[in-house]
Amino acid sequence: MGYFASFADFLQMGKHGLYVWLSYGIFLTIIIYNSVTVIINKRLFFKNAKRQLRREQTNDS
Amino acid sequence: MKVKFPRWFYQLASPKWFYDISGKLLPWLIVVTVLLMIVGLTWGLVFAPEDYQQGNSFRIIYIHVPSAILAQSCYMLMAVAGAVGLIWKIKMAHIIAKCAAPIGASIAVMALATGAIWGKPTWGAWWVWDARLTSMLILFFLYVGVIALSSAFENKASADKASAVLALVGLVNIPIIKYSVEWWNTLHQPATFKVTEKPAMPSEMWIPLLIMVLGFYCFLAVILMARARTETLQREKRADWAKTVIENY
Repeated sequence: MGYFASFADFLQMGKHGLYVWLSYGIFLTIIIYNSVTVIINKRLFFKNAKRQLRREQTNDS
Repeated sequence: MKVKFPRWFYQLASPKWFYDISGKLLPWLIVVTVLLMIVGLTWGLVFAPEDYQQGNSFRIIYIHVPSAILAQSCYMLMAVAGAVGLIWKIKMAHIIAKCAAPIGASIAVMALATGAIWGKPTWGAWWVWDARLTSMLILFFLYVGVIALSSAFENKASADKASAVLALVGLVNIPIIKYSVEWWNTLHQPATFKVTEKPAMPSEMWIPLLIMVLGFYCFLAVILMARARTETLQREKRADWAKTVIENY
């Protein structure tokens, strides 16, 4: 498997498995956190803005 | 003398134009980001050879260096956007500056955390009060300061101005981070990429690193655009075009 002899070797990363995978875990967490907050903020905005718009339209008529 | 810029330059400042064009660009940018990250990560984690001194812990470089570069680039972007907003009173510039701050803060956390984890097997300590590490920590605090300041004002215009000024003042920190490894005796190794020289590592190590740096830039562009789109609508929700967008969502 690439540079490593086996998948187990890859997971072990010599004696540095813990450090490498902990770093990549933090990387993934932050990437996902950024992506998810963007989507949630967008949905929340549209939900509130739509409601507000509808309320104003019923008040107008 | 009156300087005349091309039409697209003025359009950059238009919220509606930004909203339209970013909506078209975003799907492509997402594809490019995902591709770059997948290629960069597999290459760096699976195929790059290990370092003769640091062993496999050096693979942390593929996220540490890009996140450190990005944390600084994002800060400069935020400060420049803030300045543009201050000088020319452009709404879009303030929106970009405001949306860049939380992204930059999270990327600074990534650089600091992966650096600490890399430091443990390499230097034997999670943290040392060395010039590079300290100036990066200050960068993180500057981001936090900008976020706090911009949310401390009731009035949006004052919030934008105050945070732009703070971001500009904090810009001094950027050259300090860059030259910290040269001005002071430090544990931290010097820059991997220099404009004038070839990297000191073999190409099968630095090419995936370059791909990851590009991937991080694209990621920043994606998240910044997506955030700025919502923020733009939020601020422009009284405009007719924004009402149409909201109704049709």
